[in-house]
Amino acid sequence: MNPAPSPVPQHPALAELLGQGAPTPEAIDSFLAAHEFPLVEDDRVTFLWRGQADEVRLQHFIFALETSQPFERVEGSDLWQLRLELPQRSRVEYKLFVRTGEHKELVRDPLNDKLAHDPYGANSVCQSAGYEVPEWSHEDPDARPGEVRERLMHSEALGGERRVRVYLPARYRDTRRYPLLIAHDGTDTMNFAALKTVLDNLIHRHEIPPMIVALSDPGDRLVEYAADPRHATFLADELLPALQSEYPLIDRPAARGLMGASFGAVASLSTAWMRQGLFGRLLLQSGSFAFTDIGESTRPPVFDPVVEFVNAFRETPGKPTQKAFVSCGTYESLIYENRSLVPVLQEAGLEVKYVEARDGHNWENWRDRLREGLSWLFPGPLGFVYE
Amino acid sequence: MTRLTLLGPQRRNPCVAHVIKTRQESGRVAVVTAGWEERESELDEMRAHLGEHFETVGLGLCARAEQLFHEDPELLTALQAHSDQRLRLLELYRLRLDHAADSVYALLADVDEARAELSRLEADDALRAVQALDARNLQRISELQARFDERWSPETRPAFADARAEIAERLAACDVLAIAGGHVGVLLDRLHLFGIRALIGERLVVAWSAGAMACTERVLLFHDSPPQGRGHAEMYAPGLALAPGLVALPHARTRLALHDLRRVSALARRCAPATCVCLDEGSRADWDGKAWSIAPGTRWMTAEGTLAEHAVGSAAT
Repeated sequence: MNPAPSPVPQHPALAELLGQGAPTPEAIDSFLAAHEFPLVEDDRVTFLWRGQADEVRLQHFIFALETSQPFERVEGSDLWQLRLELPQRSRVEYKLFVRTGEHKELVRDPLNDKLAHDPYGANSVCQSAGYEVPEWSHEDPDARPGEVRERLMHSEALGGERRVRVYLPARYRDTRRYPLLIAHDGTDTMNFAALKTVLDNLIHRHEIPPMIVALSDPGDRLVEYAADPRHATFLADELLPALQSEYPLIDRPAARGLMGASFGAVASLSTAWMRQGLFGRLLLQSGSFAFTDIGESTRPPVFDPVVEFVNAFRETPGKPTQKAFVSCGTYESLIYENRSLVPVLQEAGLEVKYVEARDGHNWENWRDRLREGLSWLFPGPLGFVYE
Repeated sequence: MTRLTLLGPQRRNPCVAHVIKTRQESGRVAVVTAGWEERESELDEMRAHLGEHFETVGLGLCARAEQLFHEDPELLTALQAHSDQRLRLLELYRLRLDHAADSVYALLADVDEARAELSRLEADDALRAVQALDARNLQRISELQARFDERWSPETRPAFADARAEIAERLAACDVLAIAGGHVGVLLDRLHLFGIRALIGERLVVAWSAGAMACTERVLLFHDSPPQGRGHAEMYAPGLALAPGLVALPHARTRLALHDLRRVSALARRCAPATCVCLDEGSRADWDGKAWSIAPGTRWMTAEGTLAEHAVGSAAT
């Protein structure tokens, strides 16, 4: 997202507004009411902010670019503008930094009602040309909803209780057998990546089979998910047997999967690595697969066990699973680590599908990749259904 | 001698009532909707469609199977193991088919004019390899099924024997058997489990979509542009074989690249000597016990990769 080099310094509509000199407040009112913001062109976007301030900046989450980009005030008005290059099919979350005297605040864009929610609140969302929220991520009234049961599970390995929600597909029957997917950060994945809606829709469309999904929540996430052997013990020796005794699961590695994003991806890969042959499917999104070829890691200390694990994994990968779907946003700091993981997995003999998107380290990026990942790992009965 | 009519999808503009009336003035229609799985019992629309002339009798194969699985868990476990074995066979078949079918399309797409004749011969050979693979898969599936039937003889197990007798009684009171679409794998399993093939006798059978596929000799799964995978058609299993020489392709217009001469030609030649018939909405093919007649407007695939059809108003043979 760079300041746009262009013979036209402004969005055409904005250039027209400003063509006659400083616009009147009424003209600005009309302009703001007539457009959606940010203004989107083929490969650039224009952000506007209106108000009295001494400084306005765009705070975005694109790694490798200056994360704070200054707006310019339109001479003789209270309108501020920033026009940036942004490739098509990009999706960027951002906030605005506004300073008035000594008063500073970080706010969502008041001119943009597109929001992305996460456990920490919400960000404004900029969608460049060509990006669309996948229609399969919206609730489909024709898709029968699955049921989510909640339970607390005591873990000897982790020393305490863990919340595990269990998604059962619509028309669940105990005389059938189902694949099992264990999802890390279960509650957040449901709330912020629309996992339940996506499962309902993809099952309805026969793109994935009816399946059972265990949505597991962590205790101390940055410890348990950082390649902690106790977590692998919890999943493999406690949660999985409990689910097997309670639900009719297909007893094959190809019908057992782990999924997770960020540290959840580390937890998925490390568990599969520590229990080779148990989980035949991995869905790894924006994994925090930090490693060092030489020297010390520059990541924060919470990454230390991750680096230790990934270094060991890269040295001796074994065969942790059969198929792995790996995705990462090109605007993430982790893109290098994820790209580096792919050849390691391939050389270990895994079937790997790797997908990048012009997006960041966020839940909607992970939501947008779910269809491709799930239907590749767990192909549905589409070929069998002829209504 | 079985009389059979195969139709395209019936959801939007159903014609099954009209079709039955042309071959059977009135009576009772036994309906198999096992392909609908849990929606099996939702027969209101069909009853309304068949109207006053026909009484609709649901055979309830899925519901009966579910009930019997509860009563006979040993057989359920055996069926699940059988299903696992079949899945493994299918996975291995797919593994080989991907490469075999890829080579067919690669050779057909060869643009080097200097070796055009050689490429054509190699493509023919590659296609024969796919045909052999298809035949081998069907043989393995048949053998697997035969071993299961011999080992477990579901018809001799008390709960199943009762259910089969009840189904036979219901069917005996009907003049027509209608088989709806849905999940063709589930449909075939339930038809086989309850031995429906042996109960059909000489009554008229009208089937559509997956039901039509199940009535043929060979059930071909197909989708040229699935969300994942290469989209190679798969010779899945033997069907009821109520009539010979036809491969049913429901929803061909939406599932197949019918404009692609190479793909259409390859599929037509792969299934030869059977004819690949597109069963889209409004399509119809009738078997009178001796020969097929294809209704005007119903298309079939040619070895050249085109779609043929009888003109509306012309004699259908």
